[in-house]
Amino acid sequence: MSSITLQNITKRFGEKTALNDLSLTIQDQEFFVLLGPTGAGKTTTLRVIAGLEKQDTGDVLFDGTSMTGAVPAERDVAFVFQQYSLYPNMSVFDNLAFPLRSPLRKLPKGEIERRVKTAAETLRITHLLARKTAKLSGGEMQRVSIGRAIVREPRVYLMDEPLSNLDAKLREALRIELVHLQKTQGSTTVFVTHDQIEALTMAQRIAVLDEGHILQIGTPHEIYDAPATTFVATLVGTPRINLMQASRQDGRIFVKDSSVRLPPPTGIDLPADFLLGVRPEDVRPTNSGEFSGKVALTEPLGVETIVHIRSGENILTSLVPGITPISVGEEVRFDIVRERLHYFHPTGKRIVAASV
Amino acid sequence: MGTRASAPRAPATISTRVDKVGLRPKVTRAIRAFVVVILTVLILLPVVWMVMTSLKSPSDVVAVPPKIIFEPSIESFIFLVTERVQFPTRQEADEFRARDDLKWYEEKVAERGQKITRVGDFPKQLRNSFIIAGTSTIFSVLFGVLSAYAFSRFRIPGEGDLLFFILSTRMLPPVAVTIPIFLMYRELGLDNTYFGLILLYTTFNLSFSVWLLKGFIDEIPKEYEEAALVDGYTRLQAFRKVVLPQAVTGIAATTVFCFIFAWNEYAFAAMLTSDATRTAPPSIPSIQGVGRIEWETIAAASLVFLMPVVIVTFALRKHLLRGVTFGAIRKG
Ligand SMILES: Nc1ncnc2c1ncn2[C@@H]1O[C@H](COP(=O)(O)OP(=O)(O)OP(=O)(O)O)[C@@H](O)[C@H]1O
Ligand SMILES: [Mg+2]
Repeated sequence: MSSITLQNITKRFGEKTALNDLSLTIQDQEFFVLLGPTGAGKTTTLRVIAGLEKQDTGDVLFDGTSMTGAVPAERDVAFVFQQYSLYPNMSVFDNLAFPLRSPLRKLPKGEIERRVKTAAETLRITHLLARKTAKLSGGEMQRVSIGRAIVREPRVYLMDEPLSNLDAKLREALRIELVHLQKTQGSTTVFVTHDQIEALTMAQRIAVLDEGHILQIGTPHEIYDAPATTFVATLVGTPRINLMQASRQDGRIFVKDSSVRLPPPTGIDLPADFLLGVRPEDVRPTNSGEFSGKVALTEPLGVETIVHIRSGENILTSLVPGITPISVGEEVRFDIVRERLHYFHPTGKRIVAASV
Repeated sequence: MGTRASAPRAPATISTRVDKVGLRPKVTRAIRAFVVVILTVLILLPVVWMVMTSLKSPSDVVAVPPKIIFEPSIESFIFLVTERVQFPTRQEADEFRARDDLKWYEEKVAERGQKITRVGDFPKQLRNSFIIAGTSTIFSVLFGVLSAYAFSRFRIPGEGDLLFFILSTRMLPPVAVTIPIFLMYRELGLDNTYFGLILLYTTFNLSFSVWLLKGFIDEIPKEYEEAALVDGYTRLQAFRKVVLPQAVTGIAATTVFCFIFAWNEYAFAAMLTSDATRTAPPSIPSIQGVGRIEWETIAAASLVFLMPVVIVTFALRKHLLRGVTFGAIRKG
C-alpha cells in the first residue's frame, strides 16, 4: 500500500476547469473520502490518480515518487467505476478473475480461484459466479464491480460512489464490510461519495470538494464540528444546519428578524454582520427555555423528530430524540447550546478564534 | 415474476387477447400474409427462374411457351466448367460417342455433338474473385476497425476534417473515375494484377467501413477499456479482450457489406483485368456458347456466383439481426 500526494493539480476540459490547483496527501493505510456535490470534480480526481486522465499542471506522487508518465497499469491501482464497467460478454467469475489474469501478474490458476471465491463470499455473490453479467440486477452489478477491485492487492483502491445504487440495507452492510476490509488489509482507499452519511461513518479523513476546489480537509469530527465554510456546514449533517443572519450590537448578538439574543463568544472577534450557524441538535426545546417560538411543522422519524420552530421571520429546525408530544401550532420555549455555535463571515468563511 | 411463485390461480380457459377476438383481426392478418407472400414471390421470382434455367436442358431453355415442369439436367454445370468444340460432322460425333472409355460428363457433352477440350475459365475466374474480394474484405475490415477505434477513442487533430475527407471518396460514382484510374494503373503496372484490384476495392470500402465501425465502437462505453487498463492490461490487450468481442456485430455487418461490394464489382474488374486475373462478374455475361448462346450455362454461372454471398450472409445472420445491446452499463 502507498501514500498518495496530489500537488497543485489543475485539470481543464475545454473552458471548464474541473480541478483547480488541488493539493492533498492521503496517508498510507488511510480511508480517505472525497465528498462533494455533483460536478465537484470527485471522479476527475480519481481518474487523475489512476492515470486515466492527464492533469494539465501539477504532479501525482505515490510514496513520494512522481507518477507523471506512468500508464494506468504501472500505477497498480484498483478502480471501482461510478458507471459500472463489467464486461457483458463474460461471466461474473471471469469478470472477477480478469484483473488477476493480466499478463502483468501471471497468477497460478488455483490462486485466482481462491481469491475470486474469497471476494465473492465477502460480497455475497457466490451464487452469481456462473451468471453472465448482463443478467444481473443493478445492486448485483455494483457488488461485482467492487469485487473486481478487492480480488487484487493494489497500491490503492479508488472507489467512485460504489454504494450509490444499492438499497439501504445492503448499503449499510457493505459500508461496514468495506471499512472492515480496509482495516484488516491495511489498504489505502480513496472513496468518493456525495452522501455525507457515508463520508462521516466511513472516513478517517474527509476532503470536501466543490467546483474543483478543496474547501476543507479533516476528520469527520473536524468537518462536522468546525466546518470551514457555510458550504461545508450545510453539506454535512441532516437536517441541515440553521444559518441565520446576525449582527453584533452593544456587545450582544442579535439574530435578524428574530427574538433570539445571545451573549458574544469569548476569544472570537466578530464583525458587525455575520452568519450564525446552529446545528439542529443544539436547538433544544425545554419548558425553561430562554427563547420562544411557534411550531410550524414536525417530522417524526422514529428515533428522532425534526421540529420546525418559527422565531420571528426565521424558521429554526430542531432535532429532538424520540417521538415528542410537541404538536404543530404550539408555542414552545427552547435553548440554544452556546458552546456549539458556528460563526461565518457574510462571504461564507468560518470565523475562527484569534490564536493566542 | 411474483405471480409465478404465489398461490395457484385458476388458469384462463378462454383467450383474453383482444387481437384474437372477432373477425376483423383475422382479415387483417390474412391481408398481411397475402402481401408478404406477394412480395416474397416478386423478389424471389428472378432467382427461382435462374435456378430453373440452370437446371434445364438446352432445348427446354428456349422452349415457347416456357416450361415450368421439365426434366432437370446438370448439363449446364458441365458446360460451365469446360471448354468444348463442336464436331464438324455428324459422323465424327457418333464415332466419338461409340467409344467406351468416356467419362459420364464426356458422354453428356458428346450427346450434344461436342467434345471437351480442357477445363473452362470459370473456375479460375471464381478463384480470382475469391482471392480479390476476400483479401480486400479482410483489409477493409482490419484497417477499418483500427482507424475507427482511433477516431472513436483518441483526440486526433482535425478529426472531423479527416472523417469528411475519408467519406469524400464516396461522393462520386466510382465509374466516373474509371478512365483516370485505368491510365494510372497502366502507368504503375497495377493493371491486370491481384494487388491492383485489392487495393482499389479496399480503398472504396475503407471509407464505408471506417464510418460504419466508428458508429459501433462509439457505442461501446470507454469505461470498459479503462477498467481493463487499470486492471493491468495494455491498450492493445484491452482492445483485443474487451473492445473486439463487443464489436463483433459491427464487424460482421461491415464484413458482409464489404464482401458483397468487392464480390459484385463489375466495371473496374472489366477494365482492369484480363485472362489471368479476370474475376467472375465481367466474365459471366461474356460466356461463349458453342454454336449458340448457352442461357443455361449463364444461369448456372450466376447461381454459382451467388452462393458465396448467400453463405457469408447466412453464416453471419445472427450478428446482422441482433440489436446492439449493452446490458451492463448504467447511465448517469
Ligand atoms: N471528459 C470530460 N469532458 C468535459 N467535461 C468533463 C469531462 N469530465 C468531467 N467534466 C466536467 O468536469 C466537472 C467535474 O466532473 P466530475 O465527473 O469529476 O464530477 P463529480 O464530482 O464526479 O460529479 P458526480 O457526483 O456527478 O459524479 C464537471 O463539470 C464535468 O462536467
Ligand atoms: Mg462522479
